Amino acid sequence: MIDWQPLILTFRLALITTIILVILGIPLSYWLAFSRSRAKPIVETLVSMPLVLPPTVLGFYLLLAFSPNHIFGNWINDWFGLRLIFSFEGLVIASVLYSLPFMVQPIQSGLAGLPKQYREASYILGKSSFTTLHKVLLPNIKPSLLTGIVLSFAHTVGEFGVVLMIGGNIPGKTKVASIAIYDEVEALQYDTANVYSLILLGITFIILLIVYLINGGYFKKNRA
Amino acid sequence: MIQISLHKKLQAANGKVSLQIDLDIKKGELITLYGESGVGKTSTLRMIAGLLEPDHGKVIVNNTTWLDTKNKINLKTQKRKIGFVFQEYALFPNMTVRKNLEYALQKNQDKNSIDELIEIVSLQELQHQKPIMLSGGQQQRVALARALVQKPEILLLDEPLAALDAKMRSKLQDYILKVHRQYELTTILVSHDTGEIIKLSDRVHLIKNGKIKTSGSPLDIFTSQHTSAKFTFVGEVISIQKEEVVYIVTVLIGTNVVKIIAQESEVEELEIGNKVMVASKAFNPMIQKII
Repeated sequence: MIDWQPLILTFRLALITTIILVILGIPLSYWLAFSRSRAKPIVETLVSMPLVLPPTVLGFYLLLAFSPNHIFGNWINDWFGLRLIFSFEGLVIASVLYSLPFMVQPIQSGLAGLPKQYREASYILGKSSFTTLHKVLLPNIKPSLLTGIVLSFAHTVGEFGVVLMIGGNIPGKTKVASIAIYDEVEALQYDTANVYSLILLGITFIILLIVYLINGGYFKKNRA
Repeated sequence: MIQISLHKKLQAANGKVSLQIDLDIKKGELITLYGESGVGKTSTLRMIAGLLEPDHGKVIVNNTTWLDTKNKINLKTQKRKIGFVFQEYALFPNMTVRKNLEYALQKNQDKNSIDELIEIVSLQELQHQKPIMLSGGQQQRVALARALVQKPEILLLDEPLAALDAKMRSKLQDYILKVHRQYELTTILVSHDTGEIIKLSDRVHLIKNGKIKTSGSPLDIFTSQHTSAKFTFVGEVISIQKEEVVYIVTVLIGTNVVKIIAQESEVEELEIGNKVMVASKAFNPMIQKII
């Protein structure tokens, strides 16, 4: 019988990360879609960096930042009593940064792709930008929202490099499934590695398939 | 009474335009801004609505200052009581017809006005449908009704009928006239369609190179010679046929097709698609009740 803990940890990490990303990602995407600020290209670049950067680079700098020997890590430690390095909380923060583009980019392009008259019509009807976002804009970009949520979730499930750098391999705290697979292979436990791998393969296949089915309209009645 | 004075430098398709529009509109009037594309008609409406900021200017609506750049007053779009109808309807696809109208309700506003508006634009049967199920004309009726929910002080119509076919246009024009009168609205229309302008508006302002070039009643602006006609209609030429010695010009007036005999000299200037005025003064038209 395999140890289920790494898998449970993986999905807990992905779920928490995704929830935080929804809360952070929507306002950030809104700002990126409609702002004319000069800082916008810089913020856009920063958000997209994890797409191209090796995860180890992000992991390396987070390792330095989170270290209690460092100003930031020390401050977090003093004020919140949080030791981010080699901890689940640290993994959550790293995952949020690492998966940020997967949440922000679909929502941003969804919002930017809506006719600008939707916003204007809503303002003319006396509605605030918050009401407009919540009642008009977001309901009309449901496929983008779904894509953002699922990609962030799936991407966090697939995380390896960042976790290895700052999480280490502590069972029940930072030993997620991807690390466990690596671990088992190193210990020449190919069967266990295979079980973990198959489970991840199956679950991610199903999640992505559901997204494409929903966004392709395959679940709608009377599909034309 | 609405006083508007707006100035803005615009980057139009054919070079820079310095827009300078001064308008005084009486309560209850329906005026039209007319002119070629890119002269700043839509920009004028957007500045009145607060969607575009002028370089300097003033907008005073029934003694309330919406905009006064000298005194740094610039009410947000949300605070201006406007109805705005876009050419592309801009209905919210996630809401039914009725929900689109209800969305426009202000805090503590009575819901009964929605039923009345739905009835005026004859959409009772379609009120629970989503906009995508509706034809262009029906969607524009929803947009018109939605613009009236918050009882606007000015109704702005930005080429609202340009995307519709002739028959629908004529029907929608009747709806616009109906609501304009019933709700005693003050309305600014942007339109290219001379027939529509003559049918709907009290006054026309012809805009050229960013300025109002002439203003007057539609018939004064659009007909070169003054006729003392007994009746006049405006329509569109749909065909010109030569018959023996005369020409038969077929004109679409509203939804009716009328054939008119014309001399060669009259036909020379006409082309299919031209807007024409059909008038008669020699005969007394007959009038008969249709059962």
